[in-house]
Amino acid sequence: MPLIGEGLGFYYQKEQWVFKDINISVEPGEVLGLSGYSGCGKTTLARILAGYMPPLEGRVLLDNNVFRQRKFRPVQLIYQHPEKAVDPKWRMYEILTESYIPSQDILDAFEIREEWMNRWPIELSGGELQRFCIARALNPETKYLIADEMTTMLDAITQAKIWHSLLKICQGRNLGLIVVSHEKSLLHRICDRIYAVGQS
Amino acid sequence: MNRTEKTPLLEVKKLEIGFTQYFKGTQKRTIKPIADLHVDIHEGEIVAVVGASGSGKSLLAHAVLGILPGNAICKGQIMYCGEELTDERKIQLRGKEISFIPQSVNYLDPLMPVGKQVQIGLEKSQAKKKQQELFCQYDLQENTSNLFPYELSGGMLRRVLFATSVREGVRLVIADEPTPGIHPQALSEILKQLKKFADAGAGVMLITHDIMSALEIADRMAVIKDGRTVEISEASAFEGKGEGLQTDYTRRLWRALPQNDFDLEFRAEGGTELCP
Repeated sequence: MPLIGEGLGFYYQKEQWVFKDINISVEPGEVLGLSGYSGCGKTTLARILAGYMPPLEGRVLLDNNVFRQRKFRPVQLIYQHPEKAVDPKWRMYEILTESYIPSQDILDAFEIREEWMNRWPIELSGGELQRFCIARALNPETKYLIADEMTTMLDAITQAKIWHSLLKICQGRNLGLIVVSHEKSLLHRICDRIYAVGQS
Repeated sequence: MNRTEKTPLLEVKKLEIGFTQYFKGTQKRTIKPIADLHVDIHEGEIVAVVGASGSGKSLLAHAVLGILPGNAICKGQIMYCGEELTDERKIQLRGKEISFIPQSVNYLDPLMPVGKQVQIGLEKSQAKKKQQELFCQYDLQENTSNLFPYELSGGMLRRVLFATSVREGVRLVIADEPTPGIHPQALSEILKQLKKFADAGAGVMLITHDIMSALEIADRMAVIKDGRTVEISEASAFEGKGEGLQTDYTRRLWRALPQNDFDLEFRAEGGTELCP
């Protein structure tokens, strides 16, 4: 049951298409890279595939069904800017446990420290916030993950460690993974396949 | 260039930053993310500050600019042009002689078109023209200037933020992660501009995770870990397997790049082979 985008098209201003006729699919357990210019619509495409926005053309299929509303979304999106993806008025443990209670293994895998749990988002660095965003997306019902420039805020050691942990979890649970990044060397390292957005 | 003889443009010595927090209602405690930080930047020099996420790189920038939150306690010495950088001088200088490129794109005004935001602080008669030139230079289309921040992609916002820093008379540029999420052409344009600042005699502090880009332009690299400066090395020491580097941490940081060994270190710890 792959995640399929069929003939996707989208614009923000009338008739100025950000992209059109995009056909894309990911199998469970596969790692697909998305590369392309900044402003070419990678994030928009990620949001559409995750079901946060309906496409103006085409459709997104999972299990050969179109998304259902008001259910847990099996496609989870990890945003580029973690500080914009958390509620500034929630404490970190509330943010982390909103959809499920992550096991200690997951917290350890992403080096989330106990002392951060009671803090407000503003009291953590960008890289520390991003680890919470990754951990909270790994609900047992998650089937696909979309990582939108997930580790650009992280130093090289943490980046390598987090990808190592995440790829291991994805492999273990047979999750499909879409990696959006500008960094070619990273994509070549971790992806099975690379799709270039905005190039026909 | 002989660095020892001239007074550095910016010298940070024994910087300590702590935060007071309330817990259990009324009890107070202090946490200290920065313990002993030192870094110096000379005129015409680019110093890259790299290190673990959460090691205090952004706090260093905020301390120099005097924009730490109210519950912060800042100790140590910050010298600018040989004189102490007091709070009053910080207010006077920032945005004029000291220019700042913030890390978060949240620093843009969500209710103002991005073109207008770049025009702030430019001379009125020239503002519009100058802003158009900047947009053109950073590969942003003409009609982008009328859009609001939410209508732009992450990489475009970065370039807008960067454009706000390009001003005449700047002597010190503090760039806090100006490069994530930008495609290679725009990235090289930004690096070129930083280099141009330095060639014009300004000092540049480039805070970044992107070691490869930093190496292209930086003279020296300061490595920070857990709020301490662990190493300041010439950029040329970052090559091969890192034999020229002084500390083990820096060597690990260098080798963890996707261009080098990436997750080799963690695979050796009993992980399965993940990246063929």
